[in-house]
Parts: sequence; structure tokens; C-alpha cells
Amino acid sequence: MAVKAIIPDYQGTALDPVENFHGNIMFHVNWEKHLMFCAPLAMAMPPDTPFSQLVEGTLTEAYGYHPDMARVDWQTVTWTRDHEPFEPDFNATLAENGVIHRTLLRFTAPGLEGIAGSAT
Amino acid sequence: MSKKLNLRERYQRMTRDLAWEPTYQSKKDIYPQMDFEGIKIHDWDKWEDPFRLTMDSYWKYQAEKEKKLYSIIDAFAQNNGHLNVTDARYINALKLFLTGVSPLEYAAHRGFAMVGRQFAGVGTQVACQMQSIDELRHVQTQVHTISHYNKYFNGFHDFRHMHDRVWYLSVPKSFFDDAMSAGPFEFITAISFSFEYVLTNLLFMPFMSGAAYNGDMATVTFGFSAQSDESRHMTLGLEVIKFMVEQDPDNIPIVQGWIDKWFWRGYRLLTLVGMMMDYMLPKRVMSWREAWEIYFEQNGGALFEDLERYGLRMPKYWEQTIEGKDHISHQAWSIFYNYTHAAAFHTWIPEDEELDWLSSKYPDTFDKYYRPRYEHWREQAEAGNRFYNPTLPMLCQTCQIPMGFTEPGDPTTIGFRQSDFEDNRYHFCSDGCKDIFDNEPQKYCQAWMPVHQIYQGNCGGATVPEVLDWYHLKFGIDNFDYADSPDRKNWQAWKGLGDEAGADQEGEAAA
Repeated sequence: MAVKAIIPDYQGTALDPVENFHGNIMFHVNWEKHLMFCAPLAMAMPPDTPFSQLVEGTLTEAYGYHPDMARVDWQTVTWTRDHEPFEPDFNATLAENGVIHRTLLRFTAPGLEGIAGSAT
Repeated sequence: MSKKLNLRERYQRMTRDLAWEPTYQSKKDIYPQMDFEGIKIHDWDKWEDPFRLTMDSYWKYQAEKEKKLYSIIDAFAQNNGHLNVTDARYINALKLFLTGVSPLEYAAHRGFAMVGRQFAGVGTQVACQMQSIDELRHVQTQVHTISHYNKYFNGFHDFRHMHDRVWYLSVPKSFFDDAMSAGPFEFITAISFSFEYVLTNLLFMPFMSGAAYNGDMATVTFGFSAQSDESRHMTLGLEVIKFMVEQDPDNIPIVQGWIDKWFWRGYRLLTLVGMMMDYMLPKRVMSWREAWEIYFEQNGGALFEDLERYGLRMPKYWEQTIEGKDHISHQAWSIFYNYTHAAAFHTWIPEDEELDWLSSKYPDTFDKYYRPRYEHWREQAEAGNRFYNPTLPMLCQTCQIPMGFTEPGDPTTIGFRQSDFEDNRYHFCSDGCKDIFDNEPQKYCQAWMPVHQIYQGNCGGATVPEVLDWYHLKFGIDNFDYADSPDRKNWQAWKGLGDEAGADQEGEAAA
């Protein structure tokens, strides 16, 4: 649908295209059933970042406060990318794994359901 | 004017008679915004003024009210009224209210001045003019309250600057900017009907009672002064809706679309109020859940039953708010507990009796989903490991709140929606927020999203202290847990409460 505007054929200028992020892409990651982290994360990094670095560096640190993080076995973690099942290649880059600007990654660590099983 | 005029004649002279038929300009040129929204008005004289208030009596009446109000504010200041609040934690609710809502009163002043200029009927023009002045009075009285509290507590010192920059204040700011950048008919539906009529009781009743319960007479005073105007504003809201739908049946679907949109936007905005009621008042009035049941389910339900005869129905997705009433205040407090290192107010873990109160008010959800979270956080904080989320959150493109709301039917899973528009992807917290975007993507693709702006390098830097500096917040004073705050230290000293030897002079001076 078109916006109702006083100017005919009004077009807005998007504020967040990838060009505005100085070579980074901004994408999102959510650890399922761990709502102590109140919302999914937003992160910005170069598209040639190795997936292994995202996981072993960034995510391990970002979620490191949670006692479950030390028990995560990344080999058994399941992923979705924009809601479709997804098997990342840890040795490839974000771009090679199809992670682009505004992609949503969600991961589930089997058997880990937060503090006292409360999804916290 | 002759004193012999009766009320009706007086009203006629002072409102309707102020208009004239233009002869050398077309009405289309004088009122250029009347057509583009698709609303058809055939006869502006059918507009009914519910209050029949004229400008001269408005001045007289408001002047008397203001006189009383300002003498109470003066007395509050002279008697150090701020020392009579239940606990300094309460001040954090005020910080959020006065930095989040007071600038909206000013925005409403501007908005009603703008639409009052655009409406082609004189009755509507006069009603909007009065509301515009009301809103200006409201922001002024609230600024006096800000001024008083700013002398003693942190976080109040630059509310105007903060309103344009601070991440969570973008939620109320974008709400009003959305309305003001719409046409006049949508603006008045959004603010006068959806907000003032349907939802404002949820803002004023529990919050002002909360202020009274907690000994904050400064807030109670401006609240009650504003309240008598609010009833006029609410009536205007209802009149606007009836007028539009009675003027032309083609207006009904347009108005219903706006009701759907603005109900959802208002509901999301009021999440902040729910959090204040459940977590930030040391003496609680009622739970968010109870308030929603009374003011929306019962009162709102009856209203929409009445409106059925005009062809209007309940706002879309209202069912989701019934489930949400058991969750959203807890989810919101979690968001601010996560990110209080980047906020201008403090958060804390509720004390045991407060946790018990929450368990009793939310028997189906609190113990199951939220209490374990707080108990874990408290245990960690006591061990010197207070949780602060180190990564920026994903935001909803429409309401701009971090995506902390769960999926209807599954309180253990975040709700996700997304849309692609032109070459970009957008994410939303709910069906309601996605629909709003999908109806006008050209508008919402321009939203100034605080997290995205930080990552684009437009907010002073990449670290929390740099961004706070750009917000004009003082790192280590305005932010972090209440337990570590200069506010608490000062309060303990002022009240002789023991564990602090002396007031933190730095904190006091910073205020």
C-alpha cells in the first residue's frame, strides 16, 4: 500500500540501507529459551567475518553471563536463518553463509532451557 | 459583549460567528489538507461542541485553576515535599514519566495548533485551539515539577535534549511524530480518540493514584489539574469519531483503519506505564493486569459496543492484549534491567514482598516465567556480578521497543515478524506493528532507530560512555542499578537511614 501523503507519489528515503554502515552489515541473533537476554541482539560486523569468529568470539562473550553458555556444545546447536533451517559452515564467512544485512539468526542448544527450565 | 446574552447566544457569538464565507480565495486553498486522507465532510455545521466552552470563560476558569496549582507547587518546594515520598526508588518512575510524557504534552500543543488551523469548520477549530492551550499549560506545570525534582535527584537535567536522542525515549517521541506527520483527521483520531478516549485513563488514573499513594503531591497536583481538561479532551475524541462516520459512510473503513493502528501503537507505548505500576511504585495501587481489565476490557469493551451502531468494531488484535496483560510489564522491566547502564533512571530487583505481590497478582505467569529470572539476577548481584547486557538489542521498526515481547500462545519464545520493502528488510515485534509498517512502508522506512544510528556512527561513538555523553547523561550518576546510585546514597543520608555515613556531594551537585 502507498502512504497517504499530500504530495503525489511520495517516497521516503530508507534510513538503514547497508551503505550507511561503513562496510559492516547489521544482523540479528537470538538464543532461544534464554530470555534473561531480554531481546535478540543487533550486531554490526564486516561480511567477511568468519562464522567461527561470530560464534566462538562474539556470541560466546555476548551470552557469556548465562550459566548455560559454558554447557553449549556448538556441534549440536541447531540454527535457523530468516526462519528457515540452516547449517552454517563455521570455516566460511558470514557472507558465504548467506548472512546479509538484516538477516535474523536463531539458535537452539538442545537440552538447555534456561534458569530452572523457565526459558530465562 | 452585552451581559444580557444567554449562554447559547454567547456560545454562538464566540465560536460559530467567528467564521465567514471566503470570497476571494477558494476553500481548497485555505484548507489544503482537507482531502488527501480520503475523509469526506459535507456539512461542518453538524459538528457538535460537547462543552460549549467559550474562550473568555476558558481563560477565567483556567486562571483560577492555575493559581491554586502554583500555590501548591510552591508549598511543596518550601516544605521539601520530595522528602515525603515513600522511597527514592519512586523518583525513577517520575524520571520516566517526566522525560517521556511531558515532551509529548508539548508535541500535543503543537499538533492541535496545526490541525486547528487545517480543519474547515469553526467549531472544530475552536475546540482544537483550546486543547492546544491546555497542552501547553500541562507541559509548563510539569516543567515546574521537573525543576523541583532536578534540584535533588539525577536524570532530570536535560529532558528536551534527551527526548530527541535517548533510545527508550524514541518510543514516545516516535509515537507522537507519527501522528503529527499524518493528516489532520488521522492526527485527531490518533490522539483525541485512540489515546485520550480509549487509553488515557490507563495513564492518568493508576499513575496519579500511584503518586498520591507514594506521597508525591507535586505530581498529584498537576495530574488533577490536567484531569479536568482530559475529560474535555476525551469528549472531543468521541465527537470526532461520530462526526466523521456520520458525515459519509465511505469514512468508516478509513476511521476503522486508524483505530486499529493507533490502538496498537498506544498499547505498545503504555507498556512503559505497566512497568511503572508493577515495578516502580514502592506502594502499589493496582497491577497492570487489573488496570487493563477495568479500563480497557470493561470500559473500552462497552465503548466499542456503543460504536457498533456506527459500523465500527473493536480494534484489530485486541485479543492479543488480553493474553499480553500477564506478561508485558515483566518483559519491559527485564528490558530496562538489561540496559539500565544506558538509561537516565535506575532499576533494581523487587524485594521479597514485592515479588510475592507480583506472584499473587500474576498467578498464572509470574512464578513460572519471571520469578526465576529475578531470583537468579539477585543472587548474582549480591555476589557482585550484577547483569548488564553488553550487546545492543534488536528493535521493532514500528514501536521502536527492543524485541522483548513473546509470541502469542508461547511465553518462552520471542515474537518475530518481518517485511521486505524495496531493497531492505524490516523486523517487527508483533502482527500489529507489522501491519502498521505494511500499510505505509514509505513512512516507517525513515524511522530513526536508536540502535541502528549507534552502529552507523551517528551517536557520539561506539562505547556506552560516549553514547551517554551524546545523550547528555552522566555515566556513573544517572545510570546503573539503584543500589549503587548517588540518589540512593543521598536519600539514605537525608532520611537518616543508617548505612550511608554522608550524602554524596557529587551526586547532589550533579542534580
